[in-house]
Amino acid sequence: MTITLGGVCEPGSTLVNKTGGWRTFRPVFDYDKCIKCKLCELLCPDMSVDARDDGFFEFNYDFCKGCGICANECPTDAIEMVLEEK
Amino acid sequence: MKRNFEDDKEKMVVVEGSYAVADAVKVCRPNVISAYPITPQTHIVEDLSQFIADGEIPNCEYLNVESEFSAISALVGSSAAGARSYSATTSQGLELMHEVLFNVAGMRLPVVMTVVNRAVSAPINIWNDQQDSISQRDTGWIQLHAEDTQEAADMTAQAFKIAEDPDVMLPVLACMDGFILSHVYEPVILLDEDLVAEYLPPFEPKFKLDPKNPKTFGAFADPHSYTEFRYLQQQAMNKALKTIEDAADEFYDLFGRHYGGLIDTYQTEDADIILMAMGSIVGTIKDVVDKLRAQGVKVGLLKVRSFRPFPAEAIKNAIKGAKVVVALDKNISLGLNEGALFTETKGSLYNTNVNIPIIGFMIGHGGRDIPMSTMEAIVDEAKKVIDSGITVESQFTDLKEELL
Repeated sequence: MTITLGGVCEPGSTLVNKTGGWRTFRPVFDYDKCIKCKLCELLCPDMSVDARDDGFFEFNYDFCKGCGICANECPTDAIEMVLEEK
Repeated sequence: MKRNFEDDKEKMVVVEGSYAVADAVKVCRPNVISAYPITPQTHIVEDLSQFIADGEIPNCEYLNVESEFSAISALVGSSAAGARSYSATTSQGLELMHEVLFNVAGMRLPVVMTVVNRAVSAPINIWNDQQDSISQRDTGWIQLHAEDTQEAADMTAQAFKIAEDPDVMLPVLACMDGFILSHVYEPVILLDEDLVAEYLPPFEPKFKLDPKNPKTFGAFADPHSYTEFRYLQQQAMNKALKTIEDAADEFYDLFGRHYGGLIDTYQTEDADIILMAMGSIVGTIKDVVDKLRAQGVKVGLLKVRSFRPFPAEAIKNAIKGAKVVVALDKNISLGLNEGALFTETKGSLYNTNVNIPIIGFMIGHGGRDIPMSTMEAIVDEAKKVIDSGITVESQFTDLKEELL
């Protein structure tokens, strides 16, 4: 890869830069509480909440940085932030 | 080079320097103008907004913004979208743009901006020196300085040509001294629209911000590639050395006016003493050279048009036969007690075979008048250096001891 003028590149180039490793807390869904309101998907600043065919959502841990906005905004407390431990 | 003064006289009109520049911007067919008014730049953007209101600049958007930071930020977007983009500012306004200037240059957007040079606060002062643009020297913008209003107008067209050259693609600060040039009325030839169309082809960048063909502009670069971005910018600056000369030569071919490319010289061939400077002070120096030459003093002038890229080679060749060189700076690097032109000229010669004493005078700060008598006193100091070497390397000029 050579650098184009001013670094102009095809969109989506940050997909190769997986930022999930920055995370300290991981969001985890409790699907019994989830009412499919879609707020978590709308409010995620990193587009790391993906819709599933059954109407529920799941996290893309390759890019989720664990900011916790989804858990904070969830109206039914269906998202728990769990400490990442190896 | 020779100018055809006889034909020129017929075409001359008496206008304010700011109007001459605004008119030059108009005939360069910009697509977006974004600026915030600030003295002494105001008349340029007033004239431009009047042109827009009168429908004299087709296919052009004039953006009213709330600050200089917004003015230049808006042009990042417009230039990326393929619009020929222009702004003008000065002093505090230019300093407020500082952060974004790096972005414009790093993203290789050929924005042209007139800087109507003014002193910076504090203390607040609206008069001319060149501290504002000199303080932006490392932002990656080409920086040119005009000697008179005709050159300031003509430099506008040259600036677009240089900036948009595919080998360069760097933004340009086209500098003119505040009030001394921006507010003076003198005869100039306004740029002919058809000739400018011939001189300056339409802006066709390789990449455009376009929703139909999305691209990422201004992306992140990690330690793996950041160095190479800087290297490529420096390479573009190196290429600009030739482009600036070519732009001046091509301008001469079409318009018959020439002010030098990177530099210009006056009576330097056999000169023992060479005064070097940038901007309107050059005009005064020419008069001093004429007066002193008539008295038998072998003095000459080196006018530096391009401060960035710094024309080290051209300067070296111009001064190599002199016995002493005097750099005059309307700026100071505080803590070094030197002006930028002095420091950089000295620095660029250090590892060469040209070993001439160079002294520096910081002059005209905050609009202080620079009379011929001051310049003659500086030449007297230079003569002493020839006879007995350097005693003071760099100093303030006309310092009023009674105020200290």
